[in-house]
Amino acid sequence: MPRLPKLPAPPLPAALKAPPARPGEEDGRLGPIEDAKQAGITIVDWVDERTSLSGVGRWLLFRKVPKGTNWFYTLGSATLFAFLSQAVTGVFLAMYYRPDPAGGAYESIRHVTNEVFLGQFVRGMHKWGSSVMVVLVFLHMGRTFLFGAYKYPRELNWVIGVVLLVLTLVMAFTGYLLPFDQRAYWATIVGVNINGTGPLLGPYLSDFLRGGGEFGATTLSRFYSIHMLLVPGLIIALIGAHLYLVTKLGTTAPPWEKAENSADLREAKA
Amino acid sequence: MPDKHASYRSRYTADRLIPGAFDGETITRRRFMTGSAHTAGAIAAGAFTLPALAFAIGPIFKSTPHSWVTVGKVGSFPNNNYVPVIATLTPGIGEAGKTTVYMRAFNPALDTDPYDRGTPYIAISTRCAHLGCPVRWVDAAQRFICPCHGGVYDLLGRRVGGPPVRPLDRFYTRVVGEDVQVGPRFSVNSELRRFSPRDPAEPLDGIGQYLYPSRPTERKL
Repeated sequence: MPRLPKLPAPPLPAALKAPPARPGEEDGRLGPIEDAKQAGITIVDWVDERTSLSGVGRWLLFRKVPKGTNWFYTLGSATLFAFLSQAVTGVFLAMYYRPDPAGGAYESIRHVTNEVFLGQFVRGMHKWGSSVMVVLVFLHMGRTFLFGAYKYPRELNWVIGVVLLVLTLVMAFTGYLLPFDQRAYWATIVGVNINGTGPLLGPYLSDFLRGGGEFGATTLSRFYSIHMLLVPGLIIALIGAHLYLVTKLGTTAPPWEKAENSADLREAKA
Repeated sequence: MPDKHASYRSRYTADRLIPGAFDGETITRRRFMTGSAHTAGAIAAGAFTLPALAFAIGPIFKSTPHSWVTVGKVGSFPNNNYVPVIATLTPGIGEAGKTTVYMRAFNPALDTDPYDRGTPYIAISTRCAHLGCPVRWVDAAQRFICPCHGGVYDLLGRRVGGPPVRPLDRFYTRVVGEDVQVGPRFSVNSELRRFSPRDPAEPLDGIGQYLYPSRPTERKL
């Protein structure tokens, strides 16, 4: 069967024609993926033009790190992510928790663990994550100490880190009471009494923690408020200061990393 | 050569050649403005910080009222052994507010201490003087034994072993009609001398009673 020659397409009206290609665009059409990319870039540019956040992001993330930086340097980030995990799971646990010492607290924890969808998992993350965070804080501290990273000019960051360690332990202590089972109750009695052994001010500290001379009706809500409002706020603020100083001062090289010989350096440059 | 202006600086802004100075003015307007803005800020911040702080630490200075709890009838307690009774010391918090109290009638042969004279019943608190765990009376051993860290006390509640720093606390007792009642707590030192109630782990012998003062939340003796 003989083939007929294909007729040329009728010319498109000018309004329907694709615009001429921009420089660097061969076919003049972007396609949906390119369009999405352009939209994203437009939004980021819009925010950046008004906030200059991209400079902050570059300053924070694209730093020079010393030679010899290794896996031990990830312990700080690991602690940060442990804290973020605690914060997120804690916020959602607070949706179900009831700080009622006359049985409601224990009942609400039982409800979360046994009946809420994924409740056991989220509560488990929070419960075991607290131990993980304490362990990571100590490992991070040990790394800083053994690598000599607390020395000038980073002493203030060490001090902030010690305060963060104490606050982490306060979180672990106050959170321990919240399930309000036998273990929680007696562990808190013992913990508060250990606080009380400080001379002169210790007994007053115990009274402050309990909200009175005996473990009473407001002790649980006091611990709950300290656990989920007071200390987390302080921790977030101090983590901000900690990260600012890390970014400003940079990290240290491991102690076994030798400083480069300046004569060799000159030779290599020449 | 010393600067002749360094030693003497006029109080008056006009003398210091500050532009726009008034006659007799000692503080510049800019400085006054800065100072008043800072003061206003400090007052505003203090207006919510100080009440909130006082609100949080207020319970330290508030004394908790004690009530008398009936724990049994006259004659239901022997004078040579302990009987456990349950008393609600802190109302409103369910099981956590209850405690076990070991009761025994006064025994002139045992309770020879002058401070105990006239006490109808001896009521021993189960709160261990080490860190506050609940001790239990073990009849076979004639000892109070703490499950947490191994504190051991004798029949009078005096420490005979383990980490506790003083004898077990006691409660005041009284008889109303036919009822035996348990009242406020008090602490004792190793000679069974009475003190205002102290928290566990706070010694009362020697300098201890001054290092761990009694607090406004607890009844003064």
